[in-house]
Amino acid sequence: MLVRRQFNLLAAAGLGALAFAGPSAVTLARAADPVTIGAVEILTGPNNKYGIAIKNGFDLALDEVNKAGGVLGRPLAIAYEDSAGNKDQAINAVRKLIGAQNVPLILGPTLSNEMFAAGPVANERKVPIVGTSTTANGITAMGPYVFRTSLPEADVVPVTLKTAQQKFGIKKVAVMYANDDAFSKSGYDVMKAALEKLGIETLTTETFGTKDSDFSAQMTKVKSVNPDAIVVSALVEPAAGVLLAKKALGIPASVHVIGGNGLNSPKIGEIAGDAADGTIVGSPWFIGKQDPTNQKFVAAYKAKYGSDPDQFSAQAYDTLFIVAEAIKAAGAPDSEKIKDALIKVKHTGVLGPFSFTPNRDPADTSGVAVLEMKAGKFGLLQ
Amino acid sequence: MLAQQLLNGILSGAVYALFALGFTLMFGVLGVINLTYGFYFSTGAFIALYATHYLHMPIWAALPFAAAVTGLIAIVIDELLLGPLRRAKAPELSSLMVTLGATLLLYSLMTAWFTTDIRRFPPAVFDGGAFEIAGLRITLSQILIVATTALIVGALALLLQKTRLGLAVRALAENPDAAQLMGVNAGGIVRLVSFISGALGGAAGVLIGLNYNAIQPYMGEAMMLKGFAVIIVGGLGDIRGAVIAGLVLGLLESVTAGYIASSMKDAVGFLLLVLTLWFRPVGLFGRVAAKRA
Repeated sequence: MLVRRQFNLLAAAGLGALAFAGPSAVTLARAADPVTIGAVEILTGPNNKYGIAIKNGFDLALDEVNKAGGVLGRPLAIAYEDSAGNKDQAINAVRKLIGAQNVPLILGPTLSNEMFAAGPVANERKVPIVGTSTTANGITAMGPYVFRTSLPEADVVPVTLKTAQQKFGIKKVAVMYANDDAFSKSGYDVMKAALEKLGIETLTTETFGTKDSDFSAQMTKVKSVNPDAIVVSALVEPAAGVLLAKKALGIPASVHVIGGNGLNSPKIGEIAGDAADGTIVGSPWFIGKQDPTNQKFVAAYKAKYGSDPDQFSAQAYDTLFIVAEAIKAAGAPDSEKIKDALIKVKHTGVLGPFSFTPNRDPADTSGVAVLEMKAGKFGLLQ
Repeated sequence: MLAQQLLNGILSGAVYALFALGFTLMFGVLGVINLTYGFYFSTGAFIALYATHYLHMPIWAALPFAAAVTGLIAIVIDELLLGPLRRAKAPELSSLMVTLGATLLLYSLMTAWFTTDIRRFPPAVFDGGAFEIAGLRITLSQILIVATTALIVGALALLLQKTRLGLAVRALAENPDAAQLMGVNAGGIVRLVSFISGALGGAAGVLIGLNYNAIQPYMGEAMMLKGFAVIIVGGLGDIRGAVIAGLVLGLLESVTAGYIASSMKDAVGFLLLVLTLWFRPVGLFGRVAAKRA
């Protein structure tokens, strides 16, 4: 009897435990089973500051998405792969995420060069790939699964030039660009087209090499044609040299230098000092934008990481919300459905209002901030 | 605009000349195309940067200080790299290859240490003031460059032509074995020439760093290409040729940028180089007996 009672007790306890653990354990596992998307960014190596900034932006937004209930009743998760800034590694990362982890969507990669290598792989497997920092021409032309949320220079530069034209009444300019660098050359092409469209006359076009340090000959010529402003497309080092030459030749500060994305760096002030004052650039995002969404983002970022966010974190932050909305709208973690939902997403984030063009590029430039350097710091052009 | 362009040309020409002086001296006496020379240019700029930054030296003290330290570094590097080859009387190609390898190593070390970020002198180091005379604009650092170049060229010419030491240097350049038989201390002269060349390269780096306010490890590399053109056009090993060819290159570049197209600016130097080699292979001022070339 004793034995039997013990058995009964055990059985009851066991059954009870099963009854308790069984079904609810299954539902718990289901609920905790996250929707995992992939991300390929530069997390190691010399350019990892971009990748880390982007990852920080994603992670911050991820916390907020999950705090608000996740997607499809499940938490959202990101599986990171490191590309180390290497094209082949980016391709392998994309293959691994799609093949081994079955992710329905991939964020990244960090550089346009990497996207040109990895984008076609994702496109062929019909998995949407969303670049948050890839601004080169032709990114989204790779296929219907390739998206980007970063405004290309082709969209930012015309806004910058138009704002400067209205503000300072610019009618004629001198153009200078580095002719040995693809980034600077493509920036120049954009500037040339925008200047023509705005009806601004180009008095002279001067070129230089990215590694040059002497710009006095070009700047002397620029000075002799007496422009209202000088439009520059170059990486930050030669651009700083151009600014120093402008000051050395005594071209007044009222002749502003209007730059492309290469000049949109605090380094320009560090290198060129007060010669950089008055430099005007456009930026998809600015830390000092006063709208509450942006202020909340900046404060949350500082609280979590102890440093200021940059443009890359901001673009990543917005992108994660855009992707989360697309997954919700798709109703299932399915690549095809997400792709179709993504193109319809309308989101207002820290970069301003966002939507995609039919060609999967960002459609709205109203969030572009035009900045002027004063005493070594960029501030909104007043 | 012509006057300003000519002035620009003289300024950049003075820099090319100053840079090429040490390079051509090294070749003329030591008989080696020493590719580490560009490294001395970068080194000089960095030493002056640190001297002004951390030792709070004024620029007039930092310039000779950086030049002297770079000269000492040049002695050490020359002894380590080329000493064994000289003793073994190795062919010139081996020396060239050794300096090529060493250059890559030295730049990598420098980049690892300082990164490729551009640095600048503290703003207080040198007043970036400028004079304007009849529409011509010249900055104080540009005046410093031209004055320093003139001073160094004069001192070097005096040293080589008027002193016993200079005689020994020239004798060693002419015929090392005969010079040694006549009692010239070859080792000492080699070290002296290494020192002077390194110091010249270092001084050029400081002045350029000051004028364009951009200092980074690879600044010497861009200069080396121009330096090559200058010493070949001027005649390998020819001091006077280096000065004249430097000025000619500077003037040609700025006139090309001003009146033809700035995209042709870099091409013109190498066009001059090719034409010189076609029509006068010993250089514009080189003597025919440039047997080392």
